[in-house]
Amino acid sequence: MGGLADPSRFHQPIDIAGQDPAVLQGQLRAILAIRMAEQHLADMRRNGLIGGPVHLGVGQEAVAVGVSANLRASDRVFGAHRSHSHVLALGASLHGLFAEVLGKDTGLSRGMGGSMHLWDGPRGFYGSVPIVSGTVPLAVGAGLAAKLSGTDDVAVSYLGDGAVEEGAVHESMNLARVLQAPVLFVVENNFFASHMHIRLRQPLEYTARFASAHDMPCEVVDGNDVVAVNKAASRLVDHIRSGRGPAFLEAITFRWYGHVDWREDIDVGVNRSTEDLSNWRARDPLSRLTVAMEAAGCWSAGQHADLVEAIRKDVVDAWEKAMNDPYPQPAALLDRVYAR
Amino acid sequence: MKYNYGTAICAAFEYILETYPEAFILGQGLWSPWYVGNSMTDLDKKFGTHRVIDTPVSELACTGAGVGAALAGMKPIVVHPRMDFMLYAMDAIVNQAAKWSHMVGGQAHPGVTIRAIINRGGEQGAQHSQALHAWFAHVPGLRVVMPATVADARDLLIASVVSRDPVMYIDDRWLYDLEDDLAPVEELDLAVQGPRCLREGRDLSLVAAGYSVRLALDAADRLSDKGISAEVIDLRVLNPFAPEAVVESVRKTGHLLAIDGGWRTCGIAGEVMASVAERGVSARMGRIALPDAPAPSSRVLEKAYYPTVDTIVATASRLLS
Repeated sequence: MGGLADPSRFHQPIDIAGQDPAVLQGQLRAILAIRMAEQHLADMRRNGLIGGPVHLGVGQEAVAVGVSANLRASDRVFGAHRSHSHVLALGASLHGLFAEVLGKDTGLSRGMGGSMHLWDGPRGFYGSVPIVSGTVPLAVGAGLAAKLSGTDDVAVSYLGDGAVEEGAVHESMNLARVLQAPVLFVVENNFFASHMHIRLRQPLEYTARFASAHDMPCEVVDGNDVVAVNKAASRLVDHIRSGRGPAFLEAITFRWYGHVDWREDIDVGVNRSTEDLSNWRARDPLSRLTVAMEAAGCWSAGQHADLVEAIRKDVVDAWEKAMNDPYPQPAALLDRVYAR
Repeated sequence: MKYNYGTAICAAFEYILETYPEAFILGQGLWSPWYVGNSMTDLDKKFGTHRVIDTPVSELACTGAGVGAALAGMKPIVVHPRMDFMLYAMDAIVNQAAKWSHMVGGQAHPGVTIRAIINRGGEQGAQHSQALHAWFAHVPGLRVVMPATVADARDLLIASVVSRDPVMYIDDRWLYDLEDDLAPVEELDLAVQGPRCLREGRDLSLVAAGYSVRLALDAADRLSDKGISAEVIDLRVLNPFAPEAVVESVRKTGHLLAIDGGWRTCGIAGEVMASVAERGVSARMGRIALPDAPAPSSRVLEKAYYPTVDTIVATASRLLS
């Protein structure tokens, strides 16, 4: 696995040789926007303006951005509890996400889901739920539907290293392989399921072994390297779109905050040292990309400052609009239980 | 044309697969007549194994795949040849399918049909016998139907598949030999289906679902010989529960006997009684349900376990005395 689990490594700028500068700039913008949106959510949760839990993925942004580069709106993406990055990387609006987190009628899920139940059907985001492997079988079905309909659309199932400890994942991988359903399983391995380190939960610290158990192609990548994620996802999505069945991508990454909400000092987990955290902060998907682009002459400090300022304005505008939006009408409580 | 309950289910599948190209079926045993009786004979040969999919032993993944396929615009039917094994799929049913519409603000609806078969008796014992309809009727967002007649076996299955909501369709192997003539298919809107009076009477309301309706109808015949006029209400749709037809019946007869093939505590019989009582209808009430024990395997205990026409007649007579 090339030492990816060792946090003291992979601090250097990422390899961007041969990459289109415009594509890199778009990915940089996406990573930065997700980062700043989630840091804003952290601040607003801390100051009490957000009522419900937010599971933040700061530090993991490059995974969703790299995978989404290979997707189109007719694909079917499912997430879990830590899915802000998944939906934003598909182009969902900041305002829609913020309004949803605030429980507003204008939110992605009409204010009925909050941070843990996100939906953006028009962009191919079929939904996220907090039961960690809850959507994994659903992704298999959405992929099977694409196959039965004669399209080459694919389903993507984002899951974590904790979810692979649930039987649903193995049933789903086996079913997808037997039916040759077009599904990309993306494990974001951040080494922690809630508070528990993977070494306390599994005999090995990588999950890619399950891909060989279910006889599907697999790649393991530095999840904090957007180019590496993009390249691996591209190869695997090509395999899937060509009708050759499901595939598995393991992205090694780390979340900077605790399991839920903004704190770095509690709920961060057994065996999680401040030294590890500072090492992982040095394996930052954002700064490693920025430095590489600056060295290659396709990005500058001035451009970066302008971009930060533009996104800051987007975040503030989206938040203020969401704060002023209406809540769902009381009738929504009963009106949305069944289709009307 | 003459059908029995099993072939009526098969006719529904044929209608669905012919009419809706987006319909497909998945579940265990679909390529074997042994698992699903006469209710799916040769569907795989007529419509292809890509639309009638026999699956690995993965109740959860298959049910979840049905939910996901429905979200992608298909009309999947997931078949569980025995409800007991379906308990592995509770997350897909209760957490995902039932809640999806509500938690995404009514913007997406997983219109999956989950066919759960009650397959009991014959000394099969505790894990090959359960009738858990009351569990599922407890969950908002899930439509729960229990056909008791040959016509409903066909027509409620079609209505379940056409419905945009997730539906639990529960059929009972003890009903498969029931025969009737069927008219050509007319699609029903499941949202407006509910309890229905199958036999009118003056003295007593027998209220039941699924196989218990057959017991109630037979008991009504026997009670008639004793000069008691029993009305029989077939619940048909357990969730969302619309008790009006039951309430009106009991208002008329003044006596309610609820009969349920599930357990007594927190069962459908209790829900029927509460629905009548809270509407201020003054009536003598009783219920017959399974004793609060797992199904036994020994034939002597099995005979004591399940409600019979005799127990219904005796209880009804006491209620009226």
